[in-house]
Amino acid sequence: MTGNHTGTAIEAQGLTLRFGHTLAVNALDLAIPRGSIYGFLGPNGSGKSSSIRMLTGLLKPTSGQARVLGETLPGGEEKLRLRIGYMTQKFSLYDNLSVQENLDFVARIYGVPRAQAKQRRDELISVYELSDQRKQMAGSMSGGQKQRLALAAATLHRPELLFLDEPTSAVDPENRREFWERLFDLCDGGTTILVSTHYMDEAERCHQLAILDLGVKRADGSPQALMNAMNAWVIEVAGDNLRELKAALGKEPLVLSAAQIGARLRVLIHKKQEITDPLPWLQARVGGRSLEFVRASLEDVFVSCTGVHHVGSAHVE
Amino acid sequence: MWGLPMWNRIWAIVTKELRQLSRDRMSFGLIVMIPLIQLMLFGYAINTDARQLPAGVVDMEQSSYSRALILATEASQVVQFTSQYSSMVEAEAAITRGEVKAVLYLPSDLDGRLLRRRAAGENPELSEPLGQWLVDGSDTVVASSIRGLRNMPLQEVVDQAFVPSSPTLEVVQYFNPEQRTVVNIVPGLLGIILTMTMVLFTSAAIVREREQGNIEFLITTPVQPFELMLGKIVPYVLVGFVQIAIILGAGNLVFDVPVRGRLDYLAMAAMLFILASLTLGLVISTIAKSQLQAMQMTVFVLLPSILLSGFLFPFEAMPRPAQVIAEMLPATHFMRMARAIILRDADIFSLQYDALALLAITAVGLLIASSRFSKRLN
Repeated sequence: MTGNHTGTAIEAQGLTLRFGHTLAVNALDLAIPRGSIYGFLGPNGSGKSSSIRMLTGLLKPTSGQARVLGETLPGGEEKLRLRIGYMTQKFSLYDNLSVQENLDFVARIYGVPRAQAKQRRDELISVYELSDQRKQMAGSMSGGQKQRLALAAATLHRPELLFLDEPTSAVDPENRREFWERLFDLCDGGTTILVSTHYMDEAERCHQLAILDLGVKRADGSPQALMNAMNAWVIEVAGDNLRELKAALGKEPLVLSAAQIGARLRVLIHKKQEITDPLPWLQARVGGRSLEFVRASLEDVFVSCTGVHHVGSAHVE
Repeated sequence: MWGLPMWNRIWAIVTKELRQLSRDRMSFGLIVMIPLIQLMLFGYAINTDARQLPAGVVDMEQSSYSRALILATEASQVVQFTSQYSSMVEAEAAITRGEVKAVLYLPSDLDGRLLRRRAAGENPELSEPLGQWLVDGSDTVVASSIRGLRNMPLQEVVDQAFVPSSPTLEVVQYFNPEQRTVVNIVPGLLGIILTMTMVLFTSAAIVREREQGNIEFLITTPVQPFELMLGKIVPYVLVGFVQIAIILGAGNLVFDVPVRGRLDYLAMAAMLFILASLTLGLVISTIAKSQLQAMQMTVFVLLPSILLSGFLFPFEAMPRPAQVIAEMLPATHFMRMARAIILRDADIFSLQYDALALLAITAVGLLIASSRFSKRLN
C-alpha cells in the first residue's frame, strides 16, 4: 500500500458532521488521487477545517465514512498516525521551545531513531531555511518562519499524506509563493497533499479542488475544467456611474454578481433559457456603456457557486 | 503500543515539560518561593494560643491589692491592659467598639472578698469570685484563653499563706510539650502547599496545551492519552518532592520543628499524596476549558483542604457530614500521615487506612480523567 503513487488516497461517502443544530459538513463525497495536490476552497465557516479534522480522525463524523490510505474512518485513526502529517490552522508547536527543540520533540514523538532524527532535523532546517533561527524560540519568529517550521514538523516523519489547514493565512504573498513551491517539491516526492484555502490564486495552483459552501460541496474538478464548465457568462462593463449600475444590476434575478474592478464592472449572468444572447440582454440594462465578453476566472466560479446566488452543484471530470 | 516507543514518547514529554518549566521563570520561582513564604508567614502568624490580647480594667477598689492583682494578670501574658474605665457601662461600650477583647472588673469590696477567701481556706462553698471578666466571646480562641485565667493562682497577689490549689488530674503533653502551634502547622503546611501547587500545575499544564492549540497537533501524532498524562505528571512529582524538602528543611532550621520519623516512610506517604493530587489536577484539566477555569476549580478544592482537612481545626471536632467530605480530600489523609510520621515517629504500616484511601482517590481520578480525555476534538 505504501509507495503506491496510483489510486486514491482519500475516498469519502456522505461524510456529515453536525454540531447541535448546525450542519458543519453535509454529505461530503470525495475521491482524491494519490500524488496530487487537492484544494478545499471556501469562505470561513464553509466546513473546510471540519472536513480535514474528520479525515485526520480528530473529529468523529456524525454519519458517513471515509477511506484514508486504505484505512476506514472512523475506526482506523491510530493506524494512520505515522502515515499522515497535519499542519493546523493555528501554529501548534511550542512557543517557548527553539526551532531545533521543537523538531527534536516531534521526532521523538514519532519514534524516529536518534541518529536518523538528527540528520532529518538538520536536513529540514536547511530545506526550510531556518538555519539562522535554529536556536530561536518559535514564539518570537515571523509568520513565514513559523509556517515553515510547522511544515517541517508536519513532514518530519515523511508522511504519505499531508493535511494543511489554511497554511498561508498568516504570511505575506512573497512567502505564499515560496510555500507553494515547497508543496510542489513534496508532491513531486510522492506526497499527496490536501490543502484548504480561501485564496483564489492558491486554489488555482491545485491539481484538483472542491468548492465548499455552508458545509456543502458545490463543485469539484480541476481549476481549468471548473472555469470552462461554469454555468454563467462573464461580461465586463466599462463606463461611468458604475456604483449606481452595480446597485441596479444587483436587483436582477439572473445577475449572479456585479463586482467593480477598477474602471469596469464584472457581471456574472446565469446561463438560462430566458437569455439566448447575453450581450443584447445586458446592453438593454446598462445604457450606452461598452460591453466585453471575458474568460471566466476561478473567482467567478467561486462566486457563482457560493453565497445566496449559487447556481447549484457542478462536478467536472 | 506498550514497550520502548511508549517510554520514549513519555520521556519526550517529560523532558519537554521540564525544559518549558525552566524557561518560565515566574513558575520556576514560585515553586521555591510559595513554600518558603507561606512557611514563614504561617509559621509565625498562625497561633491558636492567644497572647497579649488587648484588655481593659475597671478597678472600683483602687487598693494595693487590686493593683497587684492587675499586675499579676498582665504577667500571665494572656492579656495586656491598654485602657482604664470608670464604669461597667463604659467598659461594655469599649468591648462593643472593638477597642478591647476583654475587661477585668474588680468590685469595690475586693479587699473584703480577699479576706473572706483567706478565712474560708480551701472550702470552695464559702469562697466567692474576686472579680469578673467581661469577654468578647465571638472569637472562641480569645474566649477560651481568657477562661484559662479563671483559676489564676493568687499567691503573688496576697502573700504566701495560700496553698496553691492542686489540680484534680495531671496532663502530660506528648510530642509537643511546649505547646507550640508551629510544630503542628509545619507538617500540615506540606499538605496545603502541595495541594495548591500539584493540583494547579497539572490542571493548568494540560489546559494550556489546549488553549494554545498544541493539543490539536499532539493528538494527530502517535501519542496516547495515557502517555500524555503520565508525561505531564512526572515533572511535577519532582517539583512536589523539592517543595517537601524546602518546607521540612526550613521548618527545622527556622522553627525548630523536628522530623522524628523515618524519611523513607515520609517519602512513601508523600508519593501517594502527590499522585492523588496530580490525578485530581488531571480530572480538573479534562473539565476546565481555560486556565482561569482550572484556577477556580483548584481553589474549590484548596479551600476545603485548608479548612476541613484538620490543618487548622481538629478533624475529630467536625460534624459527621463534614468529616465525610474531608475524607474525600487527599490533603486530609496526608495531613494525618505526615503528622504521624514527622511528629510521632509512626510506622507507615499503622497508617494503612490513609495510604489505601490515597490510592483509591488516585485510581478513581485516573479512571475519570482517562475516560474523559479522548483523542478527539468533539
